[in-house]
Amino acid sequence: MNATNPEWYLILAAVLFTIGAVGVLIRRNAIVLFMCIELMLNAANLALVTFSRINGNLDGQIMAFFVMVVAAAEVVVGLAIIMSIFRTRRSASVDEANLLKY
Amino acid sequence: MHETVEYAAADGFLSTVWLLVAIPLASAAILLLLGKRADKWGHWLGVGSIAVSFVLGLAYFFQLRGLDNKSVELTLFDYIQVGSLHVDFGLLFDPLSAVFVLLITGVGSLIHLYAVGYMDHDPGRRKFFAYFNLFAAAMLLLVLGNNFVMLYFGWEGVGLASYLLIAFWYERPAAATAGKKAFLMNRVGDAGFAIAIFLMFQQLGSVNYADVFNGVGSLSSGVVLVMGLLLLLGATGKSGQFPLQAWLPDAMEGPTPVSALIHAATMVTAGVYLIARSNPIFSANLTLQTVVVSVGALTLLIGAIIGCAKDDIKRVLAWSTVSQIGYMFLGVGLGGGAYALAIIHLLAHGFFKAGLFLGAGSVMHGMNDQTDIRRFGGLWRYMRVTWATFGLAWLAIIGIPPLSGYFTKEPIIAAAFERDGWTAWLFGMAALLGAAITAFYMTRLFVLTFHGPKRWTEDIEHPHESPAIMTAPLVLLAVGSVAAGWLMSTSVVDWLTPVLGDHSGEEAHGVISHGLITALSIVVTVLGAGLGYALYRGGTAMQEQPAGPIVTAARRNLYADAFNEAVFEKPGIFLTRALVFLDNRGIDGLVNGLAAAVGGGSSRLRRLQTGFVRSYAMSMLTGALLVVAAFLALQLGWLA
Amino acid sequence: MVGVSDFPFLSILTGAPLVGALVVAFLPRAKPELAKRVALIWSIAVAALAVVMWIAYDANGARFQFRESYTWIPAWDARFTFAVDGIALVMLLLIAVLVPLVILASWHDADNTRRSVPVYFALLLALESTMIGVFAAADVFLFYVFFEIMLVPMYFLIGSYGGHQRQYAAVKFFLYSLVGGLFMLAAVIGLWALGGKTFDWQNLLSADFTTNTERWLFLGFFVAFAIKAPFFPFHTWLPDAGGAAPAGSAALLVGVLDKVGTFGILRYCLPLFPEASRWFAPYALALGLIGIIYAALLAVGQNDLKRLVSYTSIAHFGFIGIGIFAFTTQAGTGAVLYMVNHGLATGLLFLVVGMFVARRGSALVSDFGGAGKLVPLLAGVLFFAGLASLALPGTAPFVSEFLVLLGTFTVNKTVAVIATAGIILAAAYVLWMVQRTTQGTLNPALTAVEGMRRDLTIREKVVVAPLILLILLLGFYPKPVTDVINPAVQATMQDVDKTDPAPAVQEASR
Repeated sequence: MNATNPEWYLILAAVLFTIGAVGVLIRRNAIVLFMCIELMLNAANLALVTFSRINGNLDGQIMAFFVMVVAAAEVVVGLAIIMSIFRTRRSASVDEANLLKY
Repeated sequence: MHETVEYAAADGFLSTVWLLVAIPLASAAILLLLGKRADKWGHWLGVGSIAVSFVLGLAYFFQLRGLDNKSVELTLFDYIQVGSLHVDFGLLFDPLSAVFVLLITGVGSLIHLYAVGYMDHDPGRRKFFAYFNLFAAAMLLLVLGNNFVMLYFGWEGVGLASYLLIAFWYERPAAATAGKKAFLMNRVGDAGFAIAIFLMFQQLGSVNYADVFNGVGSLSSGVVLVMGLLLLLGATGKSGQFPLQAWLPDAMEGPTPVSALIHAATMVTAGVYLIARSNPIFSANLTLQTVVVSVGALTLLIGAIIGCAKDDIKRVLAWSTVSQIGYMFLGVGLGGGAYALAIIHLLAHGFFKAGLFLGAGSVMHGMNDQTDIRRFGGLWRYMRVTWATFGLAWLAIIGIPPLSGYFTKEPIIAAAFERDGWTAWLFGMAALLGAAITAFYMTRLFVLTFHGPKRWTEDIEHPHESPAIMTAPLVLLAVGSVAAGWLMSTSVVDWLTPVLGDHSGEEAHGVISHGLITALSIVVTVLGAGLGYALYRGGTAMQEQPAGPIVTAARRNLYADAFNEAVFEKPGIFLTRALVFLDNRGIDGLVNGLAAAVGGGSSRLRRLQTGFVRSYAMSMLTGALLVVAAFLALQLGWLA
Repeated sequence: MVGVSDFPFLSILTGAPLVGALVVAFLPRAKPELAKRVALIWSIAVAALAVVMWIAYDANGARFQFRESYTWIPAWDARFTFAVDGIALVMLLLIAVLVPLVILASWHDADNTRRSVPVYFALLLALESTMIGVFAAADVFLFYVFFEIMLVPMYFLIGSYGGHQRQYAAVKFFLYSLVGGLFMLAAVIGLWALGGKTFDWQNLLSADFTTNTERWLFLGFFVAFAIKAPFFPFHTWLPDAGGAAPAGSAALLVGVLDKVGTFGILRYCLPLFPEASRWFAPYALALGLIGIIYAALLAVGQNDLKRLVSYTSIAHFGFIGIGIFAFTTQAGTGAVLYMVNHGLATGLLFLVVGMFVARRGSALVSDFGGAGKLVPLLAGVLFFAGLASLALPGTAPFVSEFLVLLGTFTVNKTVAVIATAGIILAAAYVLWMVQRTTQGTLNPALTAVEGMRRDLTIREKVVVAPLILLILLLGFYPKPVTDVINPAVQATMQDVDKTDPAPAVQEASR
């Protein structure tokens, strides 16, 4: 049997991205939101790796590594912010942390 | 047409003619600058300066008599020199200005002297004399200027002095309002005068008397007419003639010496001076002359009619002034030989009207500043000098021979009958009628004040005669009122010939003979006076009586004030208010509205910044989708 | 040969007040008297230098004198170029004379505010520096920079030290002028790009534009200047700013700062865009005419003394505008003379009104009434300033108003005749103001006010005396000023390619 059609990976990546995006839009818990963002990032990674495979070079994989590093850094900062918000407000709901507005 | 107007340059003694203006001006400046320090002696400086001017004026006058060409010009310095416009600060001393100089300084000195006594108890006497001197300086500049800008300079200067003196008791609202009214109505005239000057420059390229008068012949008759009408507008403003007559009676709010000097003897005659001085312009257009004559005739009747209905001694005299200046306008409008007649009437009027006003002041002085003639009566016994001098002036103004008014008014009436056709009858009869009415109301005034039963208010026990410093000028003015007429009637006319032209050889063609006119004018005068005496020798009602429409109209100044209020004042105030509203709400509203729109728009826009993470995420997603869609559209060529 | 005319007058005149401002600003806040004295002496020194420059100026010499030029931004050919013609010279003198008097008049203006006193006087000096710079600049870019910077000290003077509604007025003033400035900036850039990539005024003079371009560039400048001047209908900021500014600053604002507008039209619009100037002249005349009548009527209806004076100024600017756009020597000279005389007369009027307001604690006319009884001298000075404002002969503004109207009449009778009606309205607003403030029965509330019992102090006499003297002097003998202005105006008229009409009679006989 020949190798699986790469398009399936792309479709999977799209589905994952959509789940992540919808999650960001509709959930209020900061942790869940965060995980949804991770989901979107990883969906992008999957797509990048797939493109790498399709094109037969390593560009996409290099990009994926970059994304992972940035995501890790982001997790550190983001979780710290969520922790401090949770400490002061006893809640991780993003809707309640809406002070940065007009 | 006219011979060329030329003035010789002044030299020798006559080159100091500027002192006439400078001395009173310096005195005014000293009095104003020194302030209270000059309170003790300031009034004597004021009297002294004008007296010195009078003496100088006499000296210059005799010097001028010795000259051949009878006129000298003196340029002090360049006033305005821009492009082709040259205006010198220049003076002209010729027969016409000499006569005015003597009138202003002569009568002025007497009135200054009188005011020392009259203003004795006023804390502002020093300031009063400063303004008086300022007036004299401005008036002398007015008559001495050698171009129209200098004339305008003095013209506005006397307007200022007149304002200051009318509103001298500025804490009285009526005085302040009267001053403002005088200034404003004068300014209307001044605006006309100013435009006339612009027109002269635009047409002739100069504003000097000599250039303008020599150039009149080359102007089209339409231009001359417009120029003359504009000058006339200026003249009517200053001289209280129709249609700008309403300010003059209100000007009586000022101290009585002011009324005598400014609003009777000198300043209000400036309009006559302007027209006489500009005689080459006015003589050049018949329509123009007819307009001037009409203004004069109309005003002399208006003044006389209103004069009959007034009960305030100074207002009666004020309207009589309006009426007498109407005669002068009639004279200058008739042109030819009547220019000189108007000037001698002006001089005689200067004497007897100053005498009347100062007499009125003397009466008020003795009667606790009462001005209502219904509250006088029988005063002849208590103030004999005032009575006698006032009486002579009264006989002079109504024109009883051989007093001065007879010699000066009757020739004007006769001249009016010398016009062509029906206008001779119209204006002649108007002048004659005016003489009759004048005799009537002046007699009424005289009889009610000095004769008949006493109708004094309770607070007056014993009216007193004024001090000698006030009666002495009265006596001198009375002498003038009696003698000036026959002294001047021929000599002054001859003297003025170089300026106003020689008309002695012209044959008079009256519609009725001169003798008949003389007889008629004496008859109507006696009739008017007799009627006045018969009606008022027994006193008058103390309250204003109900009266028919004519008398009511006369009491209300023929509704001129009401007209001004309804047509200018009320709509003006409304317009101002409307404009203030328009500016604040309309134009500024537009500006502020623009600011508010920007501000409002941005405060709407910032509502998008909700603080909810998901709405930001949503907008990011939308943006990303749009970018992708646009990219795809380009890539797939949907838009191409 | 190094003569007196090689002395760098203009850069020193511009720089000196700025240095003074820095010195005064850093004086200790606790010593306000020291700051005031330093500022006063500094400004007097500047005035002395300006007088020396006036003496060194040759009225019959070159059009521009005391030229200096230093490298600034070579890439754009923008240089620090200073030079004055007769018009700029008299304006510089006006500034130099007014500022010391304003400093003296504002002696106590900042005392009762929470703000720093030294900074107030530093701002006045800084304002002087920028004002001198704007008149002395002979480089379009330099002019633009000064034109905008000038707003800053004035903004703080109004916004920090002003009266009622000062914040609103300051912001309005700033935004209004800034908007105008932006139009000008666009035109300046256009001028540079199309006029030969230079900002030098002299070089730009010979630049050629197509008709349309020229009109647009003209409009860009004109809008800025019309707002600054201000002409109807861009005037509404002035009553607010004039009403809210401290009296001294208001005197400078109306007396000098606004003249930048009319000066700019004479220096930039007319010579650089002659064809467009002629094309737009009828519209400009109409604006001036509306301004004269409209603002005078509004002045009659004001109840706030400072706003009233501001409106009178708008009317006067109408006269200046007419004088400029009539394109005759008389009208043009009259307009420039008007700029000087108006600075003196309205400056005096504002300062005197300020003295009234300082005493009464209110600028409302209805809060006065019969004040002449209490403060006769002050009332007298108010009346004198009013007379100067209504252009009575003998006061300086008469000469200028007469020249403007006469010059306009020779080319456009209708405009001149309607404008002459403005002199009647001028009498109306001045006399009514004087009557309601100082005449009539004494307002009982006035006697209760402590300050109203004090007539002119020595300091105030020193402030008003030079102005009164100057107004009278120039009223009787305007020649020293007209002689300086006349050549510059004639050169400007040549730039627009206009000559005076000959007298109608000569014209006809030819």
